[in-house]
Amino acid sequence: MTAVGGLVTVLTLTALAILLAFAAPPRYRSVASGGASMGIGIAGVFTGIAGITSVPQAVLVVPIAIPGGLGIDPLLLSPTPLGGVFCVVVGAVGAIAALYGIGYAHGPAASRTGWSAFAVFLLGMLIVASAGDVVSFLLGWETMAIASTVLLLADHAERPAVRTAAVWYAVMTHLSFLSLATGFALVASKAHSTTFTQISAAQITGPTGIAAFLLLLIGFATKAGLVPLHVWLPRAHPEAPSHVSAVMSAAMVKLGVYGIILLVGSWLPQVARPFAILVLALGVLSGAYGILQASITSDLKRLLAYSTTENVGLAVTAVGVGMLLSNAGQDAVATIALVAALLLVVSHAAFKTVLFLGAGTILHATGERDLDRLGGLIRSHPVTTWTFGIAAMGAAALPVTSGFAAEWTLLQALVHGDGRANTTLALALPVTLGLMALTIGLGLLTFVKAFGMAFLARPRSEAAATPAPEFTSKPGSAAMGVAQAIGALSVLALGLAVGPLATAFSSVLGYSGIITSELGGLRLVTIGVLDPYALGLVAVGLAVPVALLVLVLRRRVPRRETDLAWGCGGVRTSPRMEYTATSYAEPLVRVFGEALRPTRSLEVSHHAEDHVLEHRVAFAQEVSDIVEDRWYAPAAVWLRVAGDQARRVQNGSIHRYLAFSFAALVLVLVVVTLP
Amino acid sequence: MIATLLVVLQVVVATAITPLLIGVMRQVRARLEGRIGSGVLQPYRDVRKLLAKEPLRAEGSSIILVAAPLVLLVSSLLVVALVPLVTTANIPAVPNDLFVVVSILLIGTVALALLGLDAGTAFGGMGSSRHMMIAALVEPTVLMSVYALSIPVGSSTLSKIVVARGADVTRVVTPAGLLAVVALVVVVLAETGRLPVDNPSTHLELTMIHESMILESAGRDLAWLEVGSWLRLTALLGLVVNLALPWGLADSMQPLALLVAVVTLGVKLLVAGGVIAAAEVFMAKVRLFKVPELLAGSFVLAFLAVTASYLAG
Repeated sequence: MTAVGGLVTVLTLTALAILLAFAAPPRYRSVASGGASMGIGIAGVFTGIAGITSVPQAVLVVPIAIPGGLGIDPLLLSPTPLGGVFCVVVGAVGAIAALYGIGYAHGPAASRTGWSAFAVFLLGMLIVASAGDVVSFLLGWETMAIASTVLLLADHAERPAVRTAAVWYAVMTHLSFLSLATGFALVASKAHSTTFTQISAAQITGPTGIAAFLLLLIGFATKAGLVPLHVWLPRAHPEAPSHVSAVMSAAMVKLGVYGIILLVGSWLPQVARPFAILVLALGVLSGAYGILQASITSDLKRLLAYSTTENVGLAVTAVGVGMLLSNAGQDAVATIALVAALLLVVSHAAFKTVLFLGAGTILHATGERDLDRLGGLIRSHPVTTWTFGIAAMGAAALPVTSGFAAEWTLLQALVHGDGRANTTLALALPVTLGLMALTIGLGLLTFVKAFGMAFLARPRSEAAATPAPEFTSKPGSAAMGVAQAIGALSVLALGLAVGPLATAFSSVLGYSGIITSELGGLRLVTIGVLDPYALGLVAVGLAVPVALLVLVLRRRVPRRETDLAWGCGGVRTSPRMEYTATSYAEPLVRVFGEALRPTRSLEVSHHAEDHVLEHRVAFAQEVSDIVEDRWYAPAAVWLRVAGDQARRVQNGSIHRYLAFSFAALVLVLVVVTLP
Repeated sequence: MIATLLVVLQVVVATAITPLLIGVMRQVRARLEGRIGSGVLQPYRDVRKLLAKEPLRAEGSSIILVAAPLVLLVSSLLVVALVPLVTTANIPAVPNDLFVVVSILLIGTVALALLGLDAGTAFGGMGSSRHMMIAALVEPTVLMSVYALSIPVGSSTLSKIVVARGADVTRVVTPAGLLAVVALVVVVLAETGRLPVDNPSTHLELTMIHESMILESAGRDLAWLEVGSWLRLTALLGLVVNLALPWGLADSMQPLALLVAVVTLGVKLLVAGGVIAAAEVFMAKVRLFKVPELLAGSFVLAFLAVTASYLAG
């Protein structure tokens, strides 16, 4: 399939999905429209592959007729190799999430609006990833923003928190749009064209370039959820239906990373150079702050949302490292860092999809997303347990998942960057490595906590003790399990296929220093090799004697079931004595108390007859986002005050409005007559 | 092929010597504390005893109870296979990259932490939480030491680092090299649950980290856990002694070279273990919330090592 054919298919299928959402009887709506949405995703994958491989690029030109022309070029939809990578990510995530949605979507998410918005959401993202000019990019960007807001609002009637989340999201995403539109306007006016190739060729510099760079960076960083512009993420992801959260987190925020890569690599590379430290700082801080918040929260979906900030932060860190190194003339290592960024993007897309889908299944089964009230789901939900476990391994970057390969590549780029080149590098590289290591360490703790608290141990609440079954007789119910399994398999497959994957990415970036090793692993020429197959073979070789020994011993000494776990002297321990997610993270809250500023309250009430005996102990802890409290809350107050003041202008008098119109007209005339 | 044989030999030798190392450490400690001690061969007898006992499975526990000890054991064996202990040779397709070694150690760490959570007891959760906190905070020091060690060589491959240090004595005694090794010592103590981070011989649940995670395991499960943890100590301690004294390792199948390598490794390990055990007698476990300060200190050392090697190089 050519890229053009793919895009036409995507458009057709979107129309079909909307049609089916409205025409199909409610009972079959999810199957019909969700199936069409899945088709959009698959067509997106093929479009992306065609974009990566096809030379010269196929271009879908949509001539637009605006009276007067306004100097806007026709819309170009042509996935570049880089855009193709993101097309594949968006398409694959969209297809898996749509499949899951067939079984999962219920209530408003499965309504006509819900499924139409889902299809339009996928279309918008695919347009962004394949846009070849400013106008179609912004068109796709806004389509994606509106459709996702509609999807986020699905459960607004049930939970008031959804409305707050949607307001935060709508405001942030439109600030992002505004910032992008302004930035693009500056760039396009300088380049006298709206196509990306012309913009790159114009080599814009100077104050306009710097202003445009900063505006575009803010716009993309907001969408990518980088600190301090991440505040919408931990609100929106938990409140959206889980298959939508999966697409938002695994695919949509990646387009912010796509934008940043294009911005620093292709549109404004000269302007971007001095800002390498800024990009790096954005990435590193997002990584550390995101994972710190994720490690202490007990809301599963909020945890996953903050972990998205972390992973996007790592990808942007890789971009920043690449910029710094290429400033120092170390282009080979710089490209390795960029390949690491793409690997991080792809691996995060895979495992985060599965994690959000798993969270959806847990929510569906127990009505809980609070880890403090979950537990023991390994017995009733084996498929979810294993798929979530595999994805959590990817998120914790354990070998041999692709998450590990990606971080290994980035670490190698850091270590092989030559810090002797200049002082900036000599300091930036080790500081980056230190913070990245902390991020990796806390990530490990976070996902041990998430998996252990949800699936292991004994249920911590009534709802978790009696979960709904994993599979029901509802049509399409198996789709949930199948989608999770496909996702988990792709996490494993990406880990095993990391060699060809990295080779493909390096050729996307026009670099030949990364090749596939003999057994199919990843070889960075002159640096090192990471071969999941060889490593796996050695591990199997070592496991065989152990396994034989176990088999012999199993026959000789069978295992015995007992009913008591150790309770410090034989007391039958109650599940209430278990460690919860909050207590699991308590040491961290203490260690990082200065940075997190938790608010805690402890109330002890005593027995009436004896004041020494304690009757009840109530403990409450809340850790809010300090960025939100310190920066956004005052800004919101200030805006409100400004709004109240501005209201005075409007007093309803027709004379005043006529005066305003006259003043505006005069102003316009003055501006127009100025030379 | 020769490399593979050497690696197999290394795994066998290290596994065989490990209980002796533990026995010597316990015996040194016992003697210094005025006890007779149970003899240096006691760990071998312990393993034999545990393998013959029946493993128990508490209500509410899952497959993790069976799988985690095996995962820990295999991951530790893999680390022993990769780290240069007896030989600097390595299987070409699987270079002993230090980042890979560290992440394989993390697999074992995670297996232990999940085991602690599995049965749903208060102690298990507590140990698991503390264990993961320490693991998370050790990580920056570990990777920073790796970084410091790899700068002079231009590679994070362990055998290259060891060979380069062995070939040039001045490398070992540079400020950067020394700082990195000191930082690594702290890492080893924290990763293997020795004093002052964790007390391996404590009997009070509230002070336990490692021990409280394995409370529910018995019989062969416990044997795998013990051997797995001991092997981690062998591998990490062996790595540190070989970085500090990078001589005597074999790189071919010559019998004499192999004999020398095995004997040198044994002597280095037992002396280092004895020194640690002796030091532990005079040391108390620090409060859990003082551990981050210790780790921050070692991080600073590693960071200095990196900047020193950039500025001095």
